[in-house]
Amino acid sequence: MTTPLTQGDITAEIHEAHQRYAGHLTAGGPVRPHPDRDYAPYRSSVLRHPKRPLLPTGDPEAVELTGPVFGVTDVTELDSDLVRQHPGEPLGERITVTGRVLDRSGRPVRGQLVEIWQANASGRYAHQRDQHPAPLDPNFTGVGRCLTDDQGVYSFVTVKPGAYPWRNHTNAWRPAHIHFSLFGSAFAQRLITQMYFPGDPLFAYDPILQSVTDDAARDRLVATYDHDLSTPEWSLGYRWDIVLDGPSATWIEEGR
Amino acid sequence: MSRPTLPGPRADLAPTPSQTVGPFYGYALPFLGGGDIAPAGHPETVTLHGYVLDGAGTPVPDAVIEVWQPAPDGSRDGAPGSMRRDPVDGAFIGRNGLVFTGFGRVDTDADGHFAVRTLPPGGVPYVSLAVFARGLLHHLYTRAYLHDASGLTTDPLLAALPAERRATLVTTPERAGVHRFDIRLQGDAPHEETVFLDFG
Repeated sequence: MTTPLTQGDITAEIHEAHQRYAGHLTAGGPVRPHPDRDYAPYRSSVLRHPKRPLLPTGDPEAVELTGPVFGVTDVTELDSDLVRQHPGEPLGERITVTGRVLDRSGRPVRGQLVEIWQANASGRYAHQRDQHPAPLDPNFTGVGRCLTDDQGVYSFVTVKPGAYPWRNHTNAWRPAHIHFSLFGSAFAQRLITQMYFPGDPLFAYDPILQSVTDDAARDRLVATYDHDLSTPEWSLGYRWDIVLDGPSATWIEEGR
Repeated sequence: MSRPTLPGPRADLAPTPSQTVGPFYGYALPFLGGGDIAPAGHPETVTLHGYVLDGAGTPVPDAVIEVWQPAPDGSRDGAPGSMRRDPVDGAFIGRNGLVFTGFGRVDTDADGHFAVRTLPPGGVPYVSLAVFARGLLHHLYTRAYLHDASGLTTDPLLAALPAERRATLVTTPERAGVHRFDIRLQGDAPHEETVFLDFG
């Protein structure tokens, strides 16, 4: 039987990966804004990443330079308000999360679908496979959708999710986060990611967040508390802007 | 409530990093009719199905596959209505049976299997796929080239690949209208790892 992995083991591996990336930058290597798919501190990645390099495709006629569209039939008004989806009020700290979805040129991504899902305030997902012994909340499912407006703005009302344990190693805990799914104008801009809350003491221990080894890139996954977005007697406000990666703007234009 | 203000367009903003889809997307991302891209009863419907496998050859039961493709007439505009909703109770009610949206989304079942029913794309011999999974920190793109599509032999991407790599991108005929397409996230000798694509 193998010895159970401790947080110390994982923290040491996280540190080593950061050191390797620092060396890569020092040697003049390019900034890597995304996680390496091969990131052993997150143990589930070990058998689930390709070992061969991706095949570059410079084809300006590629189908992936266009993408799916969504409209008013795909989203209902209640979808963006996760605290009104049940007869009663969910428990927890009510929050507003809003921001803009932009492409790398800073252009707003208009009328596109934003999807979120999250644990409840106790750190439990409304998912049968989540067996964390924290209470389910009958008034909270934790799923939301909206379309961005003409400025690329999305907005959700929800409750702040709780941290929760997982089994990557002994005493592994995920920092509180909201899962986000985003579409751009090109399928090649597709993004699924997670938004974190500022000042969470669990950041340094979490191999999923730390898989983004670039410090500035990792910081971009953390929302900002914005007092101007807080609503008196109602909710606290967080701001999180999202920039979709993908083919350069000129390439996308050529592909149209 | 004040809304975020608008900065002017800037060149080359730093992108938001990817994170894994995790294990608990199941009540959020899949939707009724997600794999029924072809309008119901359409005589040209083809089924595209397969397994997602890891580097030990074990099926991956917690992956999400998204499909994007041109309509049969070659249009790449897509259309709303993939995840049509009931305005009364918010339930997913499936597509309207007429519009081809070009978009599909299915998750793998407990056997790591996925299936979509669609129409052959116009103008290109392939259906574009994005793969998300627990354990996969950044999604992957691949293409299912339909084995009986015209243009297959002249496709530059396929032509540039050695035969064993090319084979991972081409569907296997099972019976009329049924295409098998397995996705190997990592090579499992002697099985070849699927070719995944980088769009820059």
